[in-house]
Amino acid sequence: MESILPLSVENLVYRAGGSNLVDGISFKLETGLRTILLGPNGAGKSLTLRMCHGLLQPTSGTVSWHGRNASNEVLREQAMVFQRPVLLRRSVIGNITYALALRGIRRSHRTNRAVEALTRTGLGAMAQRAARRLSAGEQQRLALARAWALTPQILFLDEPTANLDPAATRQVEDIINAMHITGTKIVMTTHDIAQARRLADEVLFLHRGQLLEKSTAEHFLNEPSSEEARAFLKGELLW
Amino acid sequence: MDNLSQALNAAIRLIVTFDRDLAEIVFLSLRVSLTAVSLAALIGLPIGAALAVLRFPGRRTLVVILNALMGLPPVVVGLIVLLVLSRAGPLGVLGLLFSPTAMIIAQTLLTAPIVAALTRQIVEDLWTEYEEQLRSLGATPSRSIWTLLWDGRFSLVTAVLAGFGRAASEVGAVMLVGGNIDHVTRVMTTAIALETSKGNLALALGLGMILLSLSLVINGAVYLAGDAAKRAHG
Repeated sequence: MESILPLSVENLVYRAGGSNLVDGISFKLETGLRTILLGPNGAGKSLTLRMCHGLLQPTSGTVSWHGRNASNEVLREQAMVFQRPVLLRRSVIGNITYALALRGIRRSHRTNRAVEALTRTGLGAMAQRAARRLSAGEQQRLALARAWALTPQILFLDEPTANLDPAATRQVEDIINAMHITGTKIVMTTHDIAQARRLADEVLFLHRGQLLEKSTAEHFLNEPSSEEARAFLKGELLW
Repeated sequence: MDNLSQALNAAIRLIVTFDRDLAEIVFLSLRVSLTAVSLAALIGLPIGAALAVLRFPGRRTLVVILNALMGLPPVVVGLIVLLVLSRAGPLGVLGLLFSPTAMIIAQTLLTAPIVAALTRQIVEDLWTEYEEQLRSLGATPSRSIWTLLWDGRFSLVTAVLAGFGRAASEVGAVMLVGGNIDHVTRVMTTAIALETSKGNLALALGLGMILLSLSLVINGAVYLAGDAAKRAHG
């Protein structure tokens, strides 16, 4: 499969309850960089992520992949990890082989790929455990292992560490970085400035449904150009 | 009080002597109701899950109708099956009326809506949790339906048990289409009705106690099996 990137978003609007929760956002994401969508709760980060991944239909605007519209072929090259991992009532390894089966991977290849993904995420010893019995941190690592096993070109992450303690957060961030190094484009939302500082190559700052800034992490974190971003970075409460 | 102790005596006597006729009635009851519920599960589980996952015009109306069908009076179901299977009816040539098969058909029709309606609710709750993840993984609607049925299996057992409870306890449908013929279509509930009408209250109550015990044993066994499976798979 050729590259589905860059991801181009044009004038994305999501309207619900009489207001534009996402209000005309445009950007282009290139391969290689870890992109962080940063902003306070309610900024429209998660909605934007879901529209990019095709889980939500935008009210207006377009999402295109290397100039093409989303299709099943394009979706096959994507994966998403949610704030609360959704694991099936199966074994740890069963969760991964299920996802591989949906991608049409041959049965004889599934187990090997699943074991490999579990080993890379430190879950190798837990393959036969019930997925729902894992700790919160282990569950999120399993969600990442499942995504990794699919070898996506782009991985969307929606506040993947919001429910985790610092140790589990560290493990999850390590896996994200490992996926980044193996060539998966990372697009992640967070409201945690310290996390953005640790992970971001590129920051998109959203506030009230609008994209206020898109720049390198270094530039954004040191000299943001908008008033709202300055306030947000200083820890003032934005809404 | 007097009647109750007599009933208890009658029940114990029936069980201890293991009356041949009684055994026949118990086995026919179990055969009819368990077969009917198995068929109802085969029909009701996929229909309920499909109704939970698929979005199409008229879906809400169907859900309301299905929920209403849970309260279907057994006598009405029996009457409809009777009309269809009677010699003049559309399926009269099959000659099924007053046979255990007719009773199974009636109880299947009676319990399938219960299984389907409860399945719809259980699977719909599960779908709100799973939808985004399954769509992200690229699951088709039909694949999602099977996945949800499998993941909801521990809760869905309750839906099937509710159907079994309905089948084992109803008398109206099996009476109409079976006819309570001794050694042919007599089951626990029709026997109880018959003994009551004959004034043998103690015997009727005794039969009732056996029926209740059977139901307890089946529900208990299913519960224990489900509990063990749940402990193993989370």
